[in-house]
Amino acid sequence: MTKEAIFTPVGKAAEELAAPKKSGKKGASLYEKAVDLPEPTTATPAKLGLKKGQLLEMFESMVLQRRFEERAMQMYQKGKFGGFLHLYIGQEAVSTGTTAALKDDDDIITAYRDHGWGLVRGVSARQGMAELFGKATGCSKGKGGSMHFANVEKHFWGGYGIVGGHIPLGGGLAFANKYKGLDRVTTCFMGDGAVDQGALHETMNMAQLWKLPIMFIVENNGYAMGTATRRHSTGELWERALGYGMKHRVVNGMDVLSVYEAMKEMAADVRKDSMPWFVEIRTYRYRGHSMSDPQKYRDKEEMEEFQSLDPIERLKTVLLDKKMATQKAIDVIYEKVEEEVMDAVEFADNSPFPEDSALYEDMYSEPNPVFHR
Amino acid sequence: MAELQFREALRQAIDEEMARDENVFIMGEEVSEYNGAYKVTEGLLETYGFKRVIDTPIAELGFAGIGVGAAMNGLRPIIEFMTFNFAVLAADQIINHASKVKYMLGGQVSVPIVFRGPNASAGQLGATHSVAYESMYAHFPGIKVIHPSEPGDAKGLLKSAIRDNDTVLFMESEQMYGLKGEVNEDPEYLIPIGKAAVKREGSDVTLVTHGKIYHTVVKAAAELAKEGIEAEIVDLRTVKPLDMDTVIASVKKTHRCVVVDEAHPFAGTAAEVGYLLQRDAFDDLDAPVVRVTLPDVSAPFSKPLFDAWFPSVKDVVDGAKHVLYKS
Repeated sequence: MTKEAIFTPVGKAAEELAAPKKSGKKGASLYEKAVDLPEPTTATPAKLGLKKGQLLEMFESMVLQRRFEERAMQMYQKGKFGGFLHLYIGQEAVSTGTTAALKDDDDIITAYRDHGWGLVRGVSARQGMAELFGKATGCSKGKGGSMHFANVEKHFWGGYGIVGGHIPLGGGLAFANKYKGLDRVTTCFMGDGAVDQGALHETMNMAQLWKLPIMFIVENNGYAMGTATRRHSTGELWERALGYGMKHRVVNGMDVLSVYEAMKEMAADVRKDSMPWFVEIRTYRYRGHSMSDPQKYRDKEEMEEFQSLDPIERLKTVLLDKKMATQKAIDVIYEKVEEEVMDAVEFADNSPFPEDSALYEDMYSEPNPVFHR
Repeated sequence: MAELQFREALRQAIDEEMARDENVFIMGEEVSEYNGAYKVTEGLLETYGFKRVIDTPIAELGFAGIGVGAAMNGLRPIIEFMTFNFAVLAADQIINHASKVKYMLGGQVSVPIVFRGPNASAGQLGATHSVAYESMYAHFPGIKVIHPSEPGDAKGLLKSAIRDNDTVLFMESEQMYGLKGEVNEDPEYLIPIGKAAVKREGSDVTLVTHGKIYHTVVKAAAELAKEGIEAEIVDLRTVKPLDMDTVIASVKKTHRCVVVDEAHPFAGTAAEVGYLLQRDAFDDLDAPVVRVTLPDVSAPFSKPLFDAWFPSVKDVVDGAKHVLYKS
């Protein structure tokens, strides 16, 4: 019997595993990079049809998502609330570019890293923070918490906690839109870990078969919890589309303009053809999987490299370079957001917890349901 | 009233509800071109077309979840499983999603969906095609579980299930599809979910049951009558919500109870009814409640072993005599 190691990755991952790490640093992560970012778009905002006002809104939204989570993390550490807290920090260009590109009644559904998605789809900072605190004033009345932000009225169908479990739901949203003849595109977001789940593949098959108006979009942030993408999934993620003959695209998720451009084009295509897409948006999360993650699977250099590509800084540079905003105007946005987030913290802190009677509410639709006792 | 087969009663219910509400559609393996693995959906394709009578790939997790998402987004899906043994592959969608989405989003959505198909054993089909799942699903809040025994109940309850605004599991049996019974043909005839029915009156012992094994219990009651023992049969029809009022009213009359349940014994419907009787009708009982269930063993194939495995008329008769201290 050979002494070859078993259960190690093959292909590109194995090559990287064998190659000496550039930094040569002991304890460094196994791979050169968590994700290979494709080139960002070369289109100018003007060419993309984005006006100054829209860009400033996008910038403010990204700053809000960032500051909201930084403060949420502090509140968690202060013991203001418990449970899980999965932060989106680093990935804000994806939510922001997507919602800017979609129509307001296009549907969005995602997994548990969902705070940013709530904030871009009408969950106020107050409602979001109150949900984290488990308060009655939260977007899901304090019954969902961090993983279950939602604003169904604004077509954000929520965050879901079973990896891959919400993907068939996304398929169903698109199915209903097609059934009813509604001109809506469903965007079903997932992490790279969900790509390995059977639920995705069953849904992709039916979506292609039934020509569902949906985009399956992977936010590949390099890690499924602590397992690098190349160690948990064979080949490239986007290649999953090939087996289903599905349209596909790889997008730079650290650049909001690239996300906007790609989503705009694909959404228009879905509306025209009612055929699904499989999209891999490459991005990076700066924080751990959750609050209890010591992050031993990656090194500081990698983090610094991606932080140097920060999507907020990048858009800020565009705004300054194109003279769409002065540094002073940028500073005002930061101040405004800081105020909004601190107000949200205060609101959440002062809000009441749900009444005891709420325990039995929202289980069933009927007014007087029977509970087994 | 008309005499219809169980499958015809189900078809009539589905047909009437699809005619009534265009948001109702049916989806599952072989429901469309094949006319249904057990011919429940026969002819529906002709009436409603491929848009509303949809063949799926063999992908229970996927199509169950597509149903849940469609229900969230305004439709009223009927998801047919070829058997509930296959629905185990979709358990994440039923248990983690259909039953919970409304609550965890603070009431922002509803999931008006029916998952239906045959449940429990149907003869010598081996271990993986013979399981009774009703108690397992009844365990979870947010799910209603219906398991009727006769065509008339099946129609009235399936119509209520389709009109219900939440998740309902509707269980049938391969061995009952050909069974005939009186069926009310009024399209507005509904049987409320969660109401048991006294199917035979008697003063000596209460036999509580549901689903296919009801028919074993009917035979047992006839045997008991030959010996001068008059059994009252309570057909639960709905497992959850469980109608204990009807069970207790009967036990107050007979003071003795046998629960006959075509499932394994651990934490099953029989166990639950037994617990509730000791809690709420302790003083009315003249004997400890007895349950007749499958053994704690998977379904065997071999005919003699299968017969030993499946509760018999004699098992029910013996149970009744046991609580009457006549054994």
